[in-house]
Amino acid sequence: MNIVFYISGLVAIVATVLVITLRNPVHSLLYLILSLLAVALIFFTIGAPFAAALEIIVYAGAIMVLFVFVIMMLNPGSEEEDRYKQLFNPKTWLGPSVLATILLLELAYVFLQNRGIPSGVQEVGPKQVGIALFGPYVLGVELASILLLAGLVGAYHLGRRSTGGRA
Amino acid sequence: MTASVPMEHGLILCAILFSLGLIGLLVRRNIIFMLMSIEVMLNAAGLAFVIAGARWGQPDGQVMFIFVLAMAAAEVAVGLTLVLQFYHRFKTLNTDAADTMRG
Repeated sequence: MNIVFYISGLVAIVATVLVITLRNPVHSLLYLILSLLAVALIFFTIGAPFAAALEIIVYAGAIMVLFVFVIMMLNPGSEEEDRYKQLFNPKTWLGPSVLATILLLELAYVFLQNRGIPSGVQEVGPKQVGIALFGPYVLGVELASILLLAGLVGAYHLGRRSTGGRA
Repeated sequence: MTASVPMEHGLILCAILFSLGLIGLLVRRNIIFMLMSIEVMLNAAGLAFVIAGARWGQPDGQVMFIFVLAMAAAEVAVGLTLVLQFYHRFKTLNTDAADTMRG
């Protein structure tokens, strides 16, 4: 289980370095998703499967989709032709594929070794997290809901003004 | 946690990821890359919470991670709307275009 943690950490660091150094925002976003997947695997190995699932569903699934939408709407830079050529150029997809394959092999190793339960680790499952979340932390849940509502109203207001003709 | 990976190694990983996010935020001038760097930093903070929670076998770390997640979602929604607004106004993503206040 140790080796899985260290390899995932290495993958996360490599992917994050590529995020902040690459020039193309879409490539950078791919590596950011890989970094999030590596961190999710770390969560899994230290006995936090619920946090791992949330990391993949909310972070890599929902928040990154917002980034993809905005990058597609802005469409900065290069021409259409270059983009199609890039799509079939092995250099663009080889790096993310190799890192993703490493993570997949690690996941397979964890599942084959002892049926998905990390050994020597005290697992904190969703049940305990839910009891804590809606017990002592229920005020925090309410505050988070207010924060999300404020984010929704703020995003709506800012987004409306861009098409409203002002400025 | 104590039986497998020492907590210090996990926290070192968090520190490295957070520093990379901070470097990206300071170095890049493209506003989308700056938002991505903020995501990296928030993710590193959440990782630190979960690792500390796993060290003592308590769910509190994961609860704080869920709060960080909700905060990141709200921040990204508002931040990306600001990016769109910025692009409509300045026709570029370079933050140096918005230096009216000479900051």
